[in-house]
Amino acid sequence: MTSTILQGSSGQPETSKISGNDIPWNKKTKQSKTLSDRIADGLIAVLVVAIILVVLYPLWFIVIASFSDPTKVAIGEVLTLPKGTNFTGYTKIFADSRIWTGYKNTLIYAFAGTALNMVVTLPAAFALSRSEFKPRRVIMFLFTFTMFFGGGLIPSYLLYKQIGILNSMWVFILPGAVSVYNLIIARSFFETSIPEELHDAAQIDGMSYIGYFVRIVLPLSSAIIAVIALYYFVGHWNDYFTGLIYIRDASKQPLQNVLQSILLANQTNSNSAGMTAVAAQRFAEQIKYGVIIVSTLPLLVMYPFLQKYFNKGVMIGAVKG
Amino acid sequence: MPKHGSFISRLGEHFKRYWQLWLMVTPAICFIGLFAYVPMYGVQLAFRDFVPSKGLAGGPWVGLKYFRQFLESPMFGNIMKNTISISLWTMVMGFIAPIILALLINQIGSTKVKGFVQTITYMPHFISTVVIVAMINIFLTPGTGLLGRFLGDTSLLGNPNLFTPIYWITEVWQHVGWNSIIYLAALSSVDTALYEAAKVDGARRFQLIRYVDIPTILPTCGILLILNMGSVLNVGFEKVFLMQNALNLSSSEVISTYTYKIGIVSNQFSYSTAIGLFNTLINFVFLVIANTISKRVSETSIF
Repeated sequence: MTSTILQGSSGQPETSKISGNDIPWNKKTKQSKTLSDRIADGLIAVLVVAIILVVLYPLWFIVIASFSDPTKVAIGEVLTLPKGTNFTGYTKIFADSRIWTGYKNTLIYAFAGTALNMVVTLPAAFALSRSEFKPRRVIMFLFTFTMFFGGGLIPSYLLYKQIGILNSMWVFILPGAVSVYNLIIARSFFETSIPEELHDAAQIDGMSYIGYFVRIVLPLSSAIIAVIALYYFVGHWNDYFTGLIYIRDASKQPLQNVLQSILLANQTNSNSAGMTAVAAQRFAEQIKYGVIIVSTLPLLVMYPFLQKYFNKGVMIGAVKG
Repeated sequence: MPKHGSFISRLGEHFKRYWQLWLMVTPAICFIGLFAYVPMYGVQLAFRDFVPSKGLAGGPWVGLKYFRQFLESPMFGNIMKNTISISLWTMVMGFIAPIILALLINQIGSTKVKGFVQTITYMPHFISTVVIVAMINIFLTPGTGLLGRFLGDTSLLGNPNLFTPIYWITEVWQHVGWNSIIYLAALSSVDTALYEAAKVDGARRFQLIRYVDIPTILPTCGILLILNMGSVLNVGFEKVFLMQNALNLSSSEVISTYTYKIGIVSNQFSYSTAIGLFNTLINFVFLVIANTISKRVSETSIF
């Protein structure tokens, strides 16, 4: 199992940042852009703009629809900018206690879950990255095997029942403590991006493995730590399955399951603030748009700050071992 | 490590030297052992009649009864057809689209524009399935939806013939950018001298893509194709489940949703486990076949 997919990028992921000028057709000094090159450039520009519109527009539409007059949205007048601005939808959403409960639960599950994920994954990935640690091949095989083969829904359900984590917050945190995929990413990073000389030096200084890991490896690994933490966090944040299968109490349901009842089962709680049925119906759609924003916003806010690490993280992860 | 000495003393030596590494990897081993291997042990439920009081490995042995029951069930043909058609469409389109996008993004000269396009196209990947399905619903609502208003008076989601296309198109929309990262990474390792050389030989832009870019990412494509083949029957439970309604059930019932209904909703634990195991085994067969073919053809394999 040592097929390296991405030769060349393994050592220094920075190579991804080829500056525009390195690519021959962008050399500004080169005056001889042929006609076919120009056509190609134009075609590419058109395609790229089309792709951006297709991806971005639905998201933009949700944003403007969430604070536009619902009637105008329904008849198709709201297309590029909000019309008949009002925040009734948001007022309703923030008055809905289910949203707050879901939010609170998800925050607890996501932070506690991610913390455990990191504490378990990173040291294991480090240990498995040490080539002198002979049992690592067997352990790695046993871990990887679980990516392709599993017991399935019912055996897991019965196990959770037996160890008593059904219908409790632990079912969100414990079973997914290690994602083998993330472990492989972290291990590849430690293998390829931390120079072996550092370990030699640490050994000469009489440093133990744990000391080396905590004091030298971790501080050098902020990129991979950020990426993996984000992967795990997003996983917890978007987890719908666990709440559906293993949780019975509404008070323990995470945000996604609350969203499901509001967005898809149409249980908009709009009567709570004394609205007529007609008005409630009118605002039901607007509430949906708002709920989408409110639930997705935290991730989208976090995202630009972490984005610079993505390419690096995924690239390192691509180097399978 | 001394070459000679008894097994026990060598073991002692090993632990003395590496106990810290063992300490670091043990929590992960415990979690994987408990939450991945114990359920695997529980797979024998598929061959036994489940008795609640006796747990995972109790109950009388019934052999292949439940597998036969599934194969002979009137639902079988339909479920297999749906599962295969949804996953094959998603797999093929979801495999091609990121490659094309990566080749396209790679053609963008300005690093800033490139980064911007990447940022935008990655974004939907982080939106939850519940929200994506809600967006599909809202946009396709006949009469008032952003797209639905142009598409007639009947709900598209209620049309069984459209379930698969809606599924894979939205799947591609959501993940194409994210899945293109790996190809972009591979493309970034192209030696720019290759481009120069090809240019000197008179290669045009599309010839550069054809003869430099595509061969570069081919091994990556191979590996990803194998990995995808390994989950050919694993249609994501959440999205299908959330998109399902009474009208489209004839084309949206897949193995995973059926397993859920049989197992969790109607409590037929053994039957449900058998269906799940059947699914896993077929995936495994596909994985092995794909891996063997790829090994012969391109010498790329995952094991």
